Amino acid sequence: MKYLLKNLQIIDPTLHINQISDIIIENGIIKKIAENINPSDDVKTIEFEKTICTLGFFDMHVHLREPGYEQAETIKTGSDAAAEGGFTAIACMPNTNPTIDTSEVVESILKKSENHIVNVFPIGAVTKGRKGESLSPIYEMHESGAVGFSDDGVAVKTANMVKLALEYSKLIGTPLIEHCEDESLFGGSINEGTISTELGLPPIPSVAEELTIARDILLAQYTQGKLHIAHISTKNSVDLVRNAKAKGLNVTAEVTPHHFSLTENSLRSYDTNYKMNPPLRTEEDVEAIIEGLIDGTIDVIASDHAPHAQEDKEVEFVQAPNGIIGLETEVGLALSELYNKKKLSIEQIIEKLAINPRQILNIEIPQIKIGNKAEFTFLIPDKIWAVNLSQSKSKSKNSPFDKKLLTGKAIGIFNNSKLYLNGEYV
Amino acid sequence: MSLSSKHLLGLRNTPREDIELIIDTAKTFREVLERPIKKVPTLTGKTVVNLFFENSTRTRISFELAQKRLSADTINFSTSTSSTKKGETFKDTIKNIEAMKIDMIVVRHQSAGVPDFLTRISNANIINAGDGRHEHPTQALLDFFSIEEKLGKLSGKNVCIVGDVSHSRVALSNIFGLQTLGANVSVCGPATMIPRNIEKLGVKIYQKVEDAIRRNDVLNVLRIQLEREAGGGIPNVNEYHKYFGITSERLEKYNPEIVILHPGPINRGVEITSEVADGPYQLILEQVTNGVAIRMAILYLLGTHPN
Ligand SMILES: [Zn+2]
Repeated sequence: MKYLLKNLQIIDPTLHINQISDIIIENGIIKKIAENINPSDDVKTIEFEKTICTLGFFDMHVHLREPGYEQAETIKTGSDAAAEGGFTAIACMPNTNPTIDTSEVVESILKKSENHIVNVFPIGAVTKGRKGESLSPIYEMHESGAVGFSDDGVAVKTANMVKLALEYSKLIGTPLIEHCEDESLFGGSINEGTISTELGLPPIPSVAEELTIARDILLAQYTQGKLHIAHISTKNSVDLVRNAKAKGLNVTAEVTPHHFSLTENSLRSYDTNYKMNPPLRTEEDVEAIIEGLIDGTIDVIASDHAPHAQEDKEVEFVQAPNGIIGLETEVGLALSELYNKKKLSIEQIIEKLAINPRQILNIEIPQIKIGNKAEFTFLIPDKIWAVNLSQSKSKSKNSPFDKKLLTGKAIGIFNNSKLYLNGEYV
Repeated sequence: MSLSSKHLLGLRNTPREDIELIIDTAKTFREVLERPIKKVPTLTGKTVVNLFFENSTRTRISFELAQKRLSADTINFSTSTSSTKKGETFKDTIKNIEAMKIDMIVVRHQSAGVPDFLTRISNANIINAGDGRHEHPTQALLDFFSIEEKLGKLSGKNVCIVGDVSHSRVALSNIFGLQTLGANVSVCGPATMIPRNIEKLGVKIYQKVEDAIRRNDVLNVLRIQLEREAGGGIPNVNEYHKYFGITSERLEKYNPEIVILHPGPINRGVEITSEVADGPYQLILEQVTNGVAIRMAILYLLGTHPN
């Protein structure tokens, strides 16, 4: 199959490219990049308008729920949602059932994701069953295709186990991805503060996150290991990571779209679609996070896509599970809240959604040059659209963003020789 | 005259006129309760479900009595007889109960926000009888009724809530309602029992109980939950009593005029001594009688609400 994509604004910050061009792709490989290429009969020609073509976006924090919780999401439906949201690749978290803690589970996920337009990269559990007691077979899982290790859902239980994991993973260079939360301070439903006091909901203190980040950064310094902080959410957390980077430590961090676009004030309705972990925080925290995105303290935007079946989320607030789906609103929120509000340039957006996640996980960046595999995300940064959950590709619909107007959209992707554009394969 | 809402979920957003209407109506019903025949036909034909997911005999009996006095039909549904234990979801349980054509739901639940949730899945009038550590509006309203009976209008009065404010559902309703009525509200207790940022709600904090006694017209003394001791806020009840207990010695020394409320049930010798609980300062039994009148007022006002 041969494609001619016309009139694209090609942006590849790694090659310092930002130009209007046409592209010819043959069998999934970039064959030609030039202006005004003439269509021919054997080529499928697509004419674009006001569209950016950039490095395929990569979401490094996705819960696909398979194996074990297929009523909420499957590898197929989660990958479909990723394609719809503008991602050519995702990394999936190991809190499945069984846990991704053997190479067999890694391989079965890779097998099931074959032939999809979206590539799936499994994250293995750091410890067996994510119990924090003994290391899982990290080298074997890596050899089978796991790109990072995490006990996400919880922090690695003990400082000793964090130390072992940071040391053990040095050989293969994979990051320890930490969900930072001190167990003894946890047990609540929303951020501890004025809103939790007003709503009488059991609180989660921000220091529960910060304490674990501080612990892990000290251990990363001590071991010289590679640490990635997942879904950072407080001002102090941003400061801790900023200081760690200033010291030259191998520490990176990610933030979810909801933590830069919502605050705890949304919780006044007791709507369980605003219940997440880490919880939504204060305005001051959101400002610090945006500051961290601007100055590079926060490297990555990742969804923490967490599907839950409707009957699980439509319950009493305290009983409701944490998390929201995010793959299909992530790019829109990033463009609306960060790019269109002039906080980040388009290059910075691309760094945080395509370049940095791959660098952290040691995955080759699909640079836009002749001879390379074509792996693109197509963006219209000023397109105004409304989120419509009923059209979501995800099997679950737990999101607080239904009907929200966003400015900026990923309209499609090209990957694995397939073109997905405006909701369909072309 | 009718209330501005068809539900009573809490006092956070309940306007002053509504609170005053409820208290005025309760005064009328209080008179009914003094009559030889204590029943009126006001809610004949209305069906009220008392949905208690958490045991609270006192509150349930008070509501039940109020319903009977108003001639409403009453159904009691408590966790021991509920199907939620059989794995049915909360929503299914409500849908089932609603299919029986009921008019009002009085709900008590251990989770904050359940009454709000109920308004989204049911068409009945919802009355919050206590949700987690959030609100317990009828308790607060009967507190206000009792204070005003004794001291006159609440506006300008100083009221302090003493004890485990963090785990209390009575405290928040008192805070919101008292502020609406123009009273000055404070709290007192060990800092482990005071929720974070409470001062941002306009609430003063007294560290020492002696100061709280000295500077207030009313103390609303909360029950210290023996079962929560292990979880942490205090080392033991003896130490709590020693530093925060309401004793006649303290009251006599610092403010013999003070009025004492307690939502019950009392832990005698812990948050309050028997001498105080049975003595001249207390309005505790008054609160119980007024509780029925307040609940009659709310049931009446919502049961006849034009929606
Ligand atoms: Zn997590």
